[in-house]
Amino acid sequence: MPTWQLRLLRGRPGSSPRLETYRVELPAEAYLIDAVEKIWAEQDRSLLFRHACHHASCGACGVRVNGRERLMCITPLREFSPDGVIQVEPLRHFPWLGDLLVDVSPMMRRMAEVGFAIIRRDELTADRPLPEGIEQITRFEDCIECGLCLSACPVMAADEAYLGPATLAAIERMLAEPRGGDTARLLTLADDPHGAWRCHSAMECTAVCPSNVDPASAIGRLRRRLIVEKLRRWIGGGR
Amino acid sequence: MREVPRWKRASGWIDLRGRREGGLAFLLMRLTGIGLVIYLFLHLYVLRLLAQGPEAWDAFIAMAKSPLFLALDGLLILGILYHALNGVRVTLLGLGIGVPHQARLFWGVMALTLLMTAIAAYAIFTIAG
Repeated sequence: MPTWQLRLLRGRPGSSPRLETYRVELPAEAYLIDAVEKIWAEQDRSLLFRHACHHASCGACGVRVNGRERLMCITPLREFSPDGVIQVEPLRHFPWLGDLLVDVSPMMRRMAEVGFAIIRRDELTADRPLPEGIEQITRFEDCIECGLCLSACPVMAADEAYLGPATLAAIERMLAEPRGGDTARLLTLADDPHGAWRCHSAMECTAVCPSNVDPASAIGRLRRRLIVEKLRRWIGGGR
Repeated sequence: MREVPRWKRASGWIDLRGRREGGLAFLLMRLTGIGLVIYLFLHLYVLRLLAQGPEAWDAFIAMAKSPLFLALDGLLILGILYHALNGVRVTLLGLGIGVPHQARLFWGVMALTLLMTAIAAYAIFTIAG
């Protein structure tokens, strides 16, 4: 069984973070979350990290792996060489709580402000007959609120008030299907100086998204919608 | 809870670890933008020589024809071309146009920038050099 070398960022707020190296034996079919859990279970029970579903549904285990934002649960060890080092660091642009753990509540508050519904009508089964007793099939929205896009976005580094890719994509999704939501309020939120216009199209959000939400395209659609709304108001003489 | 200092947050956009073409394009856009702002002030500073008479201006022109200065002109053109061409790319992407092709667009911008810079450099060194 191969031995994997992991270098984890360790530390607590108030102390200088440091990189510590651990070795774990695991088959190549295992995932990074298995390695980190094994380190926690067998070598250091004080290691802080977040995890839950282990299948990319909850978005809890987002970290930076060799600098790139990934979910540990869908990062297979076979992607790496046992001779190399897998460096794991916490997400950027979130308050750091210690080790690999960050506080995602700022993002959750922004998503709550949008009123983002987590379910939608399932378009994949729209043409199929429904099973007896089932009135409608719903599915989860693609965004799992993992925060990888916020960590990858360079604009978040410069502007902590920026709404961020996930929130802007959620606004665009809500505007496309308002479900009774207050679209005027959402447009005002997106039109803020820290909203859709703050995006500099670095496209890293779309590149790292594990759920194919494609926030970069959503922000583009949102801007087009804002431009149309402004033109409509100007032509109509309103404000 | 540890708050990251503002300067450290702002330096985050320089960190290219794990980034792809979009991140690189963003970084180059900022660096060329900063470079062009610095150039604008240098340009205005040099133009003040015009008010000091023909001798001051001619002395500057003689220096501007040195190989080092001509190479800096080439660097300036490189920065202007990249910033302008990538500006078109960013405008399109910012409106959600061509997002799936953003990496290819970036390499296209780079190729055009280098090609046009090479042509400009050839012209600079053959005409002014």
